Amino acid sequence: MISDNAKKQIDSWIAKYPQGKQSSAVMEALKVVQAENNNQLNHDLIQAVADYLDMPGIAAAEVATFYENYNHKPVGKHIIRFCHNISCMLTGADDLISHLETKLGVKTGEVTKDGLISVKKVECLGACVGAPMFQIGDQYYENLTTDKVDEIVDGLK
Amino acid sequence: MNEVCFKNIDKDQCWSLANYEATGGYSVWRKILKGEYTPEQIIAELKTSGLRGRGGAGFPTGLKWSFMPRNAPGQKYIVCNSDEGEPGTCKDRDILRFNPHAVIEGMAIGSFVMNATVGYNYIRGEFIEPFNRFEGALKEAYEAGLLGKDINDSGIDFDLYSHLGAGAYICGEETALLESIEGKKGQPRFKPPFPANVGLFGKPTTINNTESFASVPDIMLNGGQWFADLGVENSGGTKLFSVSGHVTSPANFEVSMGMPFKELLELAGGMRNGAKLKAVIPGGSSTPVLTAEVAMAMTMDYDGIDKAGSMLGAGSVIIMDDSTCMVEALTRLAHFYYDESCGQCTPCREGTGWLYRVLKRIMDGKGKADDIDLLLGVQEKIMGNTICALGDAAAMPVESFLRNFREEFEYYIEHGKSMVKG
Repeated sequence: MISDNAKKQIDSWIAKYPQGKQSSAVMEALKVVQAENNNQLNHDLIQAVADYLDMPGIAAAEVATFYENYNHKPVGKHIIRFCHNISCMLTGADDLISHLETKLGVKTGEVTKDGLISVKKVECLGACVGAPMFQIGDQYYENLTTDKVDEIVDGLK
Repeated sequence: MNEVCFKNIDKDQCWSLANYEATGGYSVWRKILKGEYTPEQIIAELKTSGLRGRGGAGFPTGLKWSFMPRNAPGQKYIVCNSDEGEPGTCKDRDILRFNPHAVIEGMAIGSFVMNATVGYNYIRGEFIEPFNRFEGALKEAYEAGLLGKDINDSGIDFDLYSHLGAGAYICGEETALLESIEGKKGQPRFKPPFPANVGLFGKPTTINNTESFASVPDIMLNGGQWFADLGVENSGGTKLFSVSGHVTSPANFEVSMGMPFKELLELAGGMRNGAKLKAVIPGGSSTPVLTAEVAMAMTMDYDGIDKAGSMLGAGSVIIMDDSTCMVEALTRLAHFYYDESCGQCTPCREGTGWLYRVLKRIMDGKGKADDIDLLLGVQEKIMGNTICALGDAAAMPVESFLRNFREEFEYYIEHGKSMVKG
């Protein structure tokens, strides 16, 4: 269920924690298996992570449902995580989110028909002096304008 | 400006080990490794410096470090809180990106003081660029023989790792953060026992904010008095202020504590498009909002902001001009706390939902005449009645928005539309 490549990555996290505390690696382990499964978790994957880390399945499931970074429904290949809290709101995030929804023909929380992009409204991403901003993958995009949004989104493949 | 955490920020590759060492970086740590400092000396210097916790609580760092039972048998831990995520706050991201070695050295110095041979830096899961920068710095520090076991034959061990979060504001609360490192839901623990006695994996643990740790090397390098003199009484040193919102040039500014708010606003280029200042949230979304008049007379230090009726918090200054609908602003903040409540304590879990839903109903034009009293009642029932400070953090904006801008809420309820935006 868990690929050798994923195991290698998970093991590098386990090595950071004291002997017997391998469940500390659960958050990263879930991210690793999620990334290999179209950005999505399911019951079997969560159980496989729990087994690998020798922890109860319910404990891994609690983590998988408590934190925001895990997806339990289909998402796009690229997830645009648009910050909509105060500093971004003050600098026009709501208009940009509407623009993006119109452009892609989806509402926040939905996936484009081709499965390429999903849009999610998120709370503060900690880049308030670069507001308005969003995150795609590992990358932050700041000081967004409609032109900039168009350029970035048009470049997604 | 830019004298401590940001002192190298204008240099090319300012995050490199070479640049850090060129301005005295790791010289304190090297002296410690040679046995030239005692833990007591370092604590005394920190107390003189007046450094207070930069994560928001403002607890004196020297005092916190003195609480650790350094001679107790068994493993002890040191933890850095880089789980930055309160609306308005984005300074630790820049410290990790631009001066990661100061965080490492600050943690190393702390590890010696508290005899904690293992450290973790908890970085929020979305901060991949800062995480990579920090990991790069760790690699440099290990390769330079500054970390590890029996470092430079000193008999001193210090291993440092980063841990990534996965999207939960509550993990910035220190005991929730410890739960999270242990691979659990981030739900705050009852205190006491405090982490200094029962912390990570049940062992004595000290947790400080990224900016606090990053300030320690320069305090030791130049002396506690030097740092204290940079600031004002009761607020030693410099502070990073994240100025966001309706200003011309939003940015992080490292300035002396006690700077008049007016000057900080000028540093950020003044009001965007020459608009009129309406309100200021001085310390992050959980700190009470202030009117323009009060803010313009305020100084940026713990006592100055306290006197103005708010809190310095994490130094996250959110600027709102007169085009801002305060009902909309508060509704957005209420949504944040509703979303981020961990669900452990009933007053917060239920109360944050009530606050958001009542505000949303006002914004939908369905507000009722007694909704203001309802909001005030709900926030009062949350305040002080939860395990951690998230409850208070959700309540304080509500009370202050309603106190300072009540007429806008009354107008919205009566007319079903915004007094500002129509």
